[in-house]
Amino acid sequence: MTSTTASPRALHLSSKRARRKLARARRRRSFARSWTAYRSQRTGMVGLVLLGAIVVLAIGAPILIDESQLSVTQATGGRMEPPSAAYPLGTDETGRSILALTLWGSRLSLLIGLTATVVAILIGTAIGVTSGHIGGWYGWIALRISDWFMVLPSLVVAIALLAVLGRSMATTITVIALVSWSGTTRLVRAQTLTVQARPYLERARALGAGHWHQMTKHILPNVLPLVLASATLLVPSAILMESSLAWLGLGDPSVVSWGSILNRASDNGAVSAHAWWYLLPPGLAILIVVLAFMMCGRALEAVFNPRLRGER
Amino acid sequence: MIDGSTTAGGSSAEDPPAGRPGGPRRGSRHGRVSSGFGWYLFKHAGGAAVSLLLVLFSSFFIFRLIAGDPIDQLTKERPVSPEQREAMRAELGLDRPMWQQFWDYIAGTLTLDLGESFQYRRPIFDLIVERLPATLLLSGTGMVLAVALGFWIGTRSGWKQGSRFDKGQVATGLLLYSAPTFWLGMIVILVFARFLGIFPVNGMRSPSTPPDFWSQAVDIGHHLVLPVLTYTAVVYAGYLMIMRSSILDEIGSDYLTTARAKGLRDDEVRRRHAVPNALLPTVTLVFLALGSVVNGSIVTEAVFSWPGLGSLFVQSIFYPDRPVLQALFVLFSSSTILAVLCAEILYWFIDPRIRRS
Repeated sequence: MTSTTASPRALHLSSKRARRKLARARRRRSFARSWTAYRSQRTGMVGLVLLGAIVVLAIGAPILIDESQLSVTQATGGRMEPPSAAYPLGTDETGRSILALTLWGSRLSLLIGLTATVVAILIGTAIGVTSGHIGGWYGWIALRISDWFMVLPSLVVAIALLAVLGRSMATTITVIALVSWSGTTRLVRAQTLTVQARPYLERARALGAGHWHQMTKHILPNVLPLVLASATLLVPSAILMESSLAWLGLGDPSVVSWGSILNRASDNGAVSAHAWWYLLPPGLAILIVVLAFMMCGRALEAVFNPRLRGER
Repeated sequence: MIDGSTTAGGSSAEDPPAGRPGGPRRGSRHGRVSSGFGWYLFKHAGGAAVSLLLVLFSSFFIFRLIAGDPIDQLTKERPVSPEQREAMRAELGLDRPMWQQFWDYIAGTLTLDLGESFQYRRPIFDLIVERLPATLLLSGTGMVLAVALGFWIGTRSGWKQGSRFDKGQVATGLLLYSAPTFWLGMIVILVFARFLGIFPVNGMRSPSTPPDFWSQAVDIGHHLVLPVLTYTAVVYAGYLMIMRSSILDEIGSDYLTTARAKGLRDDEVRRRHAVPNALLPTVTLVFLALGSVVNGSIVTEAVFSWPGLGSLFVQSIFYPDRPVLQALFVLFSSSTILAVLCAEILYWFIDPRIRRS
């Protein structure tokens, strides 16, 4: 092997590496810029801190409170007891601690909300980018279908599907994702169309870039910040949707989520028993998580959406 | 999803940029013909008709194909002979081929023959007619209040962006928007009906009220307060954010500077110049948000046992009363589609730019 045959290859490799390094540095810089912009927003930071605390509590739930406290047969408290030293937030109708239920409920509510959002965002981004980039008949049909999903009342569709498909965590996640992808599609499609019109895409096309290269290397990086903002705003609506479905009795019967706690509360007459300690903790937990996500999402949107810049 | 910031953000980016190569460009391709209202109406009504057809298809798909045989669920507690089963299948038309069932279903829906409810043993059409007024009363009152409140606060909030009023209102709105509707309803019942005892717990009327018109009206009004309060509290924030961001879009415009230069007072500039222009883009968003109106009213009716279509829908889940679920699925979905069509027609009349394009 002589050095003359190896050198172009080495050169090519090193230039590829250099390009990657450049791209990484560029990304790091733009991330730092966005982070500075985000940090200057007080509500966004408050939301982030709140979220961090909630996630730590949800992950740490098994350390803080043993899972056996969720078991109906091993419950030690009385029926719907008001808060006391032993049960800081009172007990439910089977004598379980509301504190333990609420803490453990956070795991499922967050898990379902996040998973459903990830699925919805993946579908939404894929369809949004392809329909905006490829256009034509495919784009038109994709737009019509996402419009259709956008207009339909999401809860009605979700209830209908769950009533027919049966109740489990997987169906809940699927159904929530199915009713929430359309907003992202619209947003991503619109952004794709804007990016498409820019000269550097024309340059890429002129140099012979294929659809895949254009979509992954040029369009997607430009769309992702908006997707992140919209994902952050989709999580709270997914959590609210999950809690409504679980409250209606359409949640997975074998697990504890905030919605299912409230479902049992209303089934067992917590309102007429004036058991405020049964109703307040899970509901406030939903409210705080949703609020925290909305604060972060709005701050992100202000960072990434130039139209909203200047808003706090 | 009715969060104002996202919807408003999406709407502005909706228009494809001019000069994009390929793809459907609305204005230019139909440039010659799009001048008439007839074509505009035809285009949008056609789109709505396709959407409605899709609703019919999907409801058949969900409730007949995925759901399987309803006989198993109808007879779950009673032992039945195979002959009885066959008789039931024939009565419900389930012994016929699938395409014929589909045709019967489409024809039945179009002629408003929606079949019979499993739980009430009555025609579904009668049930819907009976319960529709309650739903319209609750969601109509709630929506009017929410839109009025949201627009009023949103205008003032956006006009004085960054003021203490603005921050306070946005925070309150977001807080209430983050509350789950059903939970807020339960808390409202607990506080106002159970602890304070000043409003009825649930339902629409009390049996002891004298039958004359005024006593009935007062009684229904008394029952209406808590559900409407809950419903409005959760929904108005969406309108607030929509209106606020719409005002913010207008606030730097030249015509407002001109109006000020003419010597108009600040609230005259707001009321007579900024608000009419800001209202324009919000109209579609309000109609588009009708899906969330339906969502909200279903949950509110369920919490307060309000005898409307929403609580009928929820009741039917566990029976399970599939014909009712199916009929209401079609009704709820098609009403939102028709609402969007109305918004598009309305837009023709209030936005001169559409007529010109």
